Amino acid sequence: MTWTDKRPMSPHLQIYKLPLTAVLSILHRGTGAALGLGGLLIVWVIACAATGEASFASAQWVFSSFFGRLVLFGFTAALYYHFCNGIRHLMWDAGRGLDLESTRKSGHVVIGVAIALTVITWLVAI
Amino acid sequence: MAEFTLPPNSVVKGGRTFEAPADATRTRTFKVYRYDPGSGENPSVDTYHVDLDTCGPMVLDALIKIKNDIDPTLSFRRSCREGICGSCAMNIGGSNTLACTAGIDEFDGDIVVYPLPHQPVVRDLVSDLTNFYAQYASVEPWLKADTPAPSGRERLQSPEDREKLDGLYECILCACCSTSCPSYWWNSDRYLGPAALLNAYRWIVDSRDEHTGERLDDLEDPFKLYRCHTIMNCTSACPKGLNPAQAIGEIKKTMVMRQF
Repeated sequence: MTWTDKRPMSPHLQIYKLPLTAVLSILHRGTGAALGLGGLLIVWVIACAATGEASFASAQWVFSSFFGRLVLFGFTAALYYHFCNGIRHLMWDAGRGLDLESTRKSGHVVIGVAIALTVITWLVAI
Repeated sequence: MAEFTLPPNSVVKGGRTFEAPADATRTRTFKVYRYDPGSGENPSVDTYHVDLDTCGPMVLDALIKIKNDIDPTLSFRRSCREGICGSCAMNIGGSNTLACTAGIDEFDGDIVVYPLPHQPVVRDLVSDLTNFYAQYASVEPWLKADTPAPSGRERLQSPEDREKLDGLYECILCACCSTSCPSYWWNSDRYLGPAALLNAYRWIVDSRDEHTGERLDDLEDPFKLYRCHTIMNCTSACPKGLNPAQAIGEIKKTMVMRQF
């Protein structure tokens, strides 16, 4: 929305104390965007595998490097958070758990489960 | 499109400081957003040290004290001072609420007071809510029925049907919820916002209203209704303890259920 008013716009994001539910909402949007970019990486890995042994080896090299691992870790964390919070959204769409107390509780559950799943995945993978 | 920064004419600058009387023992610091449309200057934040021993307990009392005793140029809206008119809605301590029902002792440290977020500022804490009221009017918030009213008495409603309006009819249109909503900040030209949608639902769910279908048709729009992403700022902010997020959820659910 372009601001065409000559009068000033009152401060918003700069001054608002965002509750947990709002922070998690931003995180949902952020992880969604990150997963979109991560999807391109998956396409790249599959393309490498289809091209031949040498290019697949280079993909392997990238993802076994420290930076590659870091990206993978971020991707799994984002995936689990987005997945769990997606279920939370599905529950809301059914009209359930929309009171303040429930949204706070379900927010904590989503964070907890997402962290747990990420850690378990990496413990299994390494 | 979301614009996260303020336009150049809206960036807030530092302001003046008003000390408390020298003999004041119990003081509290209020940082208040100021904008004078006649000055040609950007908005600023003025600091007022208020003597609590000569001031009432609510944030509104402090604002009135500032205006009466310290700085008569301060502008803000207020009327009932008991949370029913909605005039003194503003951003206090980072959240939207009514200054008259917010106790000074509910806040830690300096109390920071801004106008309702992301609105055109008329002056100081007074923001222009024209768009907000127009959106409320757009949901046609009145009973629409084609069948003639029964003669000699009002349209009746069962106690159960009447109960469905609880938590909806109490809305005082203070705009705390809508102006707390990031979705409303970025899309207030097309998204109706929590207050208008809560009131839309108040008529959708009313058993006496006969235009439920048209009301839903009108909201079947990517922006008007579906910009709600359940951020929950509305419900967190509502000074009347209502739940606009729930009402919006019910509208979304009704939209789906009516297809079966």
